[in-house]
Amino acid sequence: MGGLLSYFRGLFGSREMRILILGLDGAGKTTILYRLQVGEVVTTIPTIGFNVEQVQYKNLKFQVWDLGGQTSIRPYWRCYYSNTDAIIYVVDSADKERIGISKDELFHMLREEELQDAILVVLANKQDMAGCMTVAEVHQALGLEALKNRTFQIFKTSATKGEGLDQAMDWLANALQNRK
Amino acid sequence: MSSFKKDKKEEEDGSGNPFQNIEKTTVLQEARVFNENIINAKKCTHILTKVLYLLNQGEQLGVKEATEVFFSMTKLFQSKDVILRRMVYLGIKELSSLADDVIIVTSSLTKDMTGKEDLYRAAAIRALCSITDSTMLQTIERYMKQAIVDKNSAVSSAALVSSLHMSKIASDVIKRWVNEAQEAVNSDNIMVQYHALGVLYHIRKTDRLAVTKLVAKLTRMSLKSPYAVCMLVRIASKLLEEEEGGNDSPLFEFIESCLRHKSEMVIYEAAHAIVNLRRTTSRELAPAISVLQLFCGSPKPTLRFAAVRTLNQVAINHPAAVTACNLDLENLITDSNRSIATLAITTLLKTGAESSVDRLMKQIATFVSEISDEFKVVVVQAIRALALKFPRKHSVLMNFLSAMLRDEGGLEYKASIADTIITIIEDNADAKETGLAHLCEFIEDCEHTSLAVRILHLLGKEGPKTKQPSRYIRFIYNRVILENPTVRAAAVSAMAQFGALCPDLSENIQVLLARCQMDSDDEVRDRATYYSNILKQQDKSLYNNYILDPLQVSIPSLERCLKDYLHNHTEQAFDIKTVPVVAVPTEEEKQITNQKAEGMLISTGPPKPIPVSREENYAEKLNAIPGIQQLGPLFKTSEIVELTESETEYVVCCIKHCYTRHLVLQFDCVNTLNDQLLENVRVQLDPSEGYKIVKEIPISKLPYNEMGSAYVILQFPNELANTVGTFGAVLKFVVKDCDPNTGLPDTDEGYDDEYMLEDLEISLGDQIQRINKANWSVSWDEAESNYIEMEDTYSLCSMNSLEEAVKNITQFLGLQPAERSDKVPEGKTTHTLLLAGLFRGGFDILVRSKLALADGVTMQLTVRSTDSDIAELITSAVG
Repeated sequence: MGGLLSYFRGLFGSREMRILILGLDGAGKTTILYRLQVGEVVTTIPTIGFNVEQVQYKNLKFQVWDLGGQTSIRPYWRCYYSNTDAIIYVVDSADKERIGISKDELFHMLREEELQDAILVVLANKQDMAGCMTVAEVHQALGLEALKNRTFQIFKTSATKGEGLDQAMDWLANALQNRK
Repeated sequence: MSSFKKDKKEEEDGSGNPFQNIEKTTVLQEARVFNENIINAKKCTHILTKVLYLLNQGEQLGVKEATEVFFSMTKLFQSKDVILRRMVYLGIKELSSLADDVIIVTSSLTKDMTGKEDLYRAAAIRALCSITDSTMLQTIERYMKQAIVDKNSAVSSAALVSSLHMSKIASDVIKRWVNEAQEAVNSDNIMVQYHALGVLYHIRKTDRLAVTKLVAKLTRMSLKSPYAVCMLVRIASKLLEEEEGGNDSPLFEFIESCLRHKSEMVIYEAAHAIVNLRRTTSRELAPAISVLQLFCGSPKPTLRFAAVRTLNQVAINHPAAVTACNLDLENLITDSNRSIATLAITTLLKTGAESSVDRLMKQIATFVSEISDEFKVVVVQAIRALALKFPRKHSVLMNFLSAMLRDEGGLEYKASIADTIITIIEDNADAKETGLAHLCEFIEDCEHTSLAVRILHLLGKEGPKTKQPSRYIRFIYNRVILENPTVRAAAVSAMAQFGALCPDLSENIQVLLARCQMDSDDEVRDRATYYSNILKQQDKSLYNNYILDPLQVSIPSLERCLKDYLHNHTEQAFDIKTVPVVAVPTEEEKQITNQKAEGMLISTGPPKPIPVSREENYAEKLNAIPGIQQLGPLFKTSEIVELTESETEYVVCCIKHCYTRHLVLQFDCVNTLNDQLLENVRVQLDPSEGYKIVKEIPISKLPYNEMGSAYVILQFPNELANTVGTFGAVLKFVVKDCDPNTGLPDTDEGYDDEYMLEDLEISLGDQIQRINKANWSVSWDEAESNYIEMEDTYSLCSMNSLEEAVKNITQFLGLQPAERSDKVPEGKTTHTLLLAGLFRGGFDILVRSKLALADGVTMQLTVRSTDSDIAELITSAVG
């Protein structure tokens, strides 16, 4: 049945899924966005504001918003929350010092009314770096066990090497399709 | 048929503007569509157009509204629609100054300006620069530099123009882009070259040598873009103006050579530059004029207009040179473009002979009703100049002016005619009666209250001095019956003047004033009662002080003093002497206001809304300083005196504030060294004999490039003769070296330092306020009996002309010339200058200075004052 539905959706041009990529500055959000869009690693500069791109994954179209992670930009995230289907929350696994801040920002965001139905994907990025935290450690440091009533999953990734992103997107695509 | 036409026109208007009836709240509501997941590009473009339309119509958006629209608009970046995206750029530019947090689009715009879509790039640069402040500029600097040298000319131009805009907020950053701008000057594209020159010039404009080099280099390489050449001509002529030498420099040669350029624009620019150079001689002028003459015959109206407009301006300074074009100008009188025709005629009026005046006036009369007010004013100005040049022609001109007065026209136009008539009356006694008659007729049907009030004021002043004063009364009293309260009040005042000056009319005026006391308006009744009571006293000196001389105090100060008085609940009566006297604007200040009106308003109408005086400006600031309020009301504030050269390490200016018994010196200091923080900044004075320093107020901290004020309060010497003197002055301070970037001091320890200042002079003029005496001679006669008189004769050997002597005496004594005695009639060898003023403490001063020219100027100075010491001080100070 689901297959048939997705078939029709493909025919009539389904609603574009709206995804936000959030996380602290320097976590790799912009790199992930363009890895997803063009499949390459592009050189990035700190994002002042946002980037928005259309991303085609398998036969699904996403409208992906990558919002800057600097302290001064974070207050503006909420301006872009409405109608969001999923959040990709990117964490720099090598940045042990600021993982606490990252956790606070995550929970602060999840409390927002407009994001109650959004699916959450946490990416423990920069797994290629020596001495980084493992997925389990990131999971624990972010306190994800406390999440209830939320469809979510955590993945380990390395955006520069392109590892782990496919699994994460596969899961997300499925989760989004099953939701309706 | 005509009504049908009108309907059709309305219909066209209606369909012509689909945005006519849109409303802000509705549009803001519609703009929420931007937030939807799927963007309908066409719909959003339309709504965005409405937002822009409203903004351009002057609709005000609050910060909150603007920010909300701005953030919704940022969502439109997800659409790939080119038209919509370009609309978004426009929206960003319009809202960038209204909304908060506009930097949110920085990344998106940076991406667009460096991206592949050429349609985005130039516009994205302009939008990006409008949201970028000096701190953010660093982050986009690299992209801007690349864009300036981009192959795409639109991108390069956009980057250059944006650089120019941003140099206002971050000129030091833009200066680093000089190499890129240099490269862009070599571009083949005419616009890029022009804009690049603009940026280059802007970067270097403070450095004369660099500009000279730039011009020298570019004049040799022959720029391709006519726009750039025009700009180069402008820069070159500016350099020429500043240069000391003559016009034989290579710069002039360059401008001259541009007269033979192939582009008309450049030729015109060069001619315009040459005729406007201050030192141009008639020989140098000739080729420029002949170029303009050629343009007068061009089939292009713009060229004809430009040429005749420039000739019109030149005619003021070089009428002889323009005479050569008279024939061409005659041809332009019948030009189908009325603007060109007007300018041609007025130019001819300036250059023409007396004999041609009648013919030209007739010519103008045929089309004056068809031209716009703006050009009618030009005609009026020309007539004014003509009347001054050929006084004998006044009847022709006056008739023409009165005919123009009767036509329809706006306030500015009517005011300029009235002004011209007034000037003619003042300048030419023969024309007075006719002029007044025309004005009387005009106020019979004048819809401009302000103008009617001015004319009534003039009638009050001039009417009583005519042969038959009684004939004006009817015109004035008619206003009382027919007009609005403002005009009625002015008419009452005018009648009172007649009553005071013409004894035989006094009784009749009393009757009319008695009628006015039944008026429905408070002001009219008050004035009538006031004047009626004074006239009943039959006392000349009362007339003089309360009817003929206007109130001398400054109105804002009076308001403030009265408010204070009411707050204090004292038993004492209010003393008008405590109110600062209004400062008569100095010649320079007058010139500034006159320049604004293109030198045409020199009339003596009732005072315009009084601008806040210098004294009033400072009084509030000074009163906030402890120790100053006790000194009483501020009597006079001097002009700013510079105590240092303008380009030194520390810039100090002094302003002298004079009180009844005290002198407050305000030292405005600026520290121009960015690696120093100054503390405890004060000016150490070495006052002349008799002065006592009461208090010094230092500046506690003076950071780089900020202005601070230190004060010194002094007590005037008891001996009046000692009040004029010279003070030595030294700036003393503690220096702390600091980091130029943060402005924070490196150490807590500073060291003492000092800086010599120029000597400060305290003159007589600092203690005297100018007073405008409308009837100086009456006051003078009256002063004969009860004032102290002193007289002395001087020989002023350093002066070579009466004008010079008049100017110097007026300035030295700080007194106000009365009865237009500051204007020396041409060709006279004797002149009498009449002056009036008020010494601190409220002592009247009247001065008559008889001047004779013979090997220098001989002066007999007579001073009448209520105080003998003051009279003596003035006579001794001149010697």
